[in-house]
Amino acid sequence: MSRIPAPDELKKRVQDNVVWKSVFRPGSIYRKGYRDTSRDRALAAMNNVLYHLHPVKVKRHGLKLTYTYCLGGLSFFLFILLTVTGIFLMFFYRPTAGAGNELAYADMQRLVRVVTFGDLVRNMHRWAAHAMVFTVFMHMARVFYHGAYKPPREFNWVVGVILLLLTLLLAFTGYLLPWDQLALWAVAVGTSMAGFTPVFGQQVQFLLLGGVEIGPETLLRWYVLHVLALPFVITIFLAVHFWRIRKDGGISGPL
Amino acid sequence: MAENVEMDQKVYDELIAAGKSERIARSKAKAAAVRAKKEAAGEKLGPREATAEAPAPAAAAAAGGDAPAAGGGGVATAERATGTGGMTVEERQARVAAALAAKGDGAANGRGNGAATRYAGQDHTHRLLAMVPPDGIQQIRSKQEDKVYVWPHLIASEFIALMAVTLFITALSVLPAFPLRELANPNITPNPSKAPWYFLGLQELLRYFHPMIAGVTIPGIVGLLGLMMVPYMDRNPSVRPDNRKTAITLMTFFLLGAGMMTLVGSFFRGPGFNWVWPWVDGLFFEL
Ligand code: HEM
Repeated sequence: MSRIPAPDELKKRVQDNVVWKSVFRPGSIYRKGYRDTSRDRALAAMNNVLYHLHPVKVKRHGLKLTYTYCLGGLSFFLFILLTVTGIFLMFFYRPTAGAGNELAYADMQRLVRVVTFGDLVRNMHRWAAHAMVFTVFMHMARVFYHGAYKPPREFNWVVGVILLLLTLLLAFTGYLLPWDQLALWAVAVGTSMAGFTPVFGQQVQFLLLGGVEIGPETLLRWYVLHVLALPFVITIFLAVHFWRIRKDGGISGPL
Repeated sequence: MAENVEMDQKVYDELIAAGKSERIARSKAKAAAVRAKKEAAGEKLGPREATAEAPAPAAAAAAGGDAPAAGGGGVATAERATGTGGMTVEERQARVAAALAAKGDGAANGRGNGAATRYAGQDHTHRLLAMVPPDGIQQIRSKQEDKVYVWPHLIASEFIALMAVTLFITALSVLPAFPLRELANPNITPNPSKAPWYFLGLQELLRYFHPMIAGVTIPGIVGLLGLMMVPYMDRNPSVRPDNRKTAITLMTFFLLGAGMMTLVGSFFRGPGFNWVWPWVDGLFFEL
């Protein structure tokens, strides 16, 4: 039996092999270690797929809390939190309604009463959804007051308005899913207005509800929109949004 | 145009003699003729295309060697290049050495501007597909700015924000805030029936306008389209608040209006969506 290797040697053995080197790219701080130099700071940002959404350096004024209030960042983070909690909820929910087959409602009851952490996660999902609508609104306001939509950022503002719309749609489609009285009637009020779309009112409403009034088809339709279609679309627009922030020269300002 | 260009017969013959294909010989000979013509007309020539066979060192040797002297700085002609086609390895090496020396010269003279000179001595070569005019290149001008590293500065603040919001949401979620109501029943309409809070501003508008105005025109045209068009309507380049009084006033009105409508719809509307005072009649608001 050989002796137990010293920590330094152990570290060297772990890091000095093909597998480790295939995982961490050349220059990664996990290969060479981190020293607090400009070079390693840059590499730390570049060699991490998440940090790499950022440029290596940002304008100093953008760090001040009172510039962005972190609202865009928080909107994005809430979106991530919603995705994670939402995946958890999906394990316990079937979007089925109709006489004698009220699975959606029964699943909700089980979720909040029986499932471990079910109630907590459901509450988190719901609070985060309300919070996200709010932060996106506030983010829009702060962008406006900073004139941050001016050239070259015009188009990113447009992308932003689409994101706002998608955020509202995500929140609203989710609102129906518990299939209780609150859900049904909030959605009924909200969608009744769609029927007043000029010319195509009836068709628009039929398309939204999957029928002439809210029913099991609506639930299924909104479920698919809520858990798949809209998240897919908003992810694409988020990618464009973030990409444009960088292409447009990073954060605007200073004022 | 390319078809009726005359060609340099001498170059052509040499290339054929050197065993080049007909096609290559013809095109090189044409190029040589064009260059000769341009040179005679005193036009400035761009960097010479690398020849297919003769690699850069050879071409560069020819060019680099006379670059400091000749007016055409570093432009090798096809003719010279052709002479190098059948060199032995030693000859090439000698030329490379000469080219490297010449490159040093050129740099010292501040004349390292010809492509051939600049790349002299390198053992690979680029074949240009097209000449790019200088103004066709994207100019990236960035001013020196006061910047900080994302790692650790921005990442640290983001991490704190992320922790704070996670804690905040988790703390809220421990409280029982969202009791499940009875099973959905299309035959029993609760009173009041309210949309989710972010649409209550619109529901409030329904009290004042025809549904087509309140439900479609205002959110669709004024809200979405209007907002999207903001950057195209506001052509004022300034971002200083002093210079944008109109824009700020308009938007503030819009936001305050939307906010007020939402607040009224949320807290001041009760059964039948009629007016209530929340401190008298209680809250008719659900999240
Ligand atoms: C899902 C919703 C959204 C997310 C996750 C999001 C995310 C972000 C983030 C992270 C930034 C970086 C700066 C900051 O944090 O303020 C940003 C900037 C920006 N956002 Fe958004 N955003 C969203 C919606 C919107 C909306 C609704 C608008 C406008 C209508 C908008 C317009 C802009 C513009 C113009 C910038 C550049 C600001 C600047 O350079 O100062 N975004 N967004």
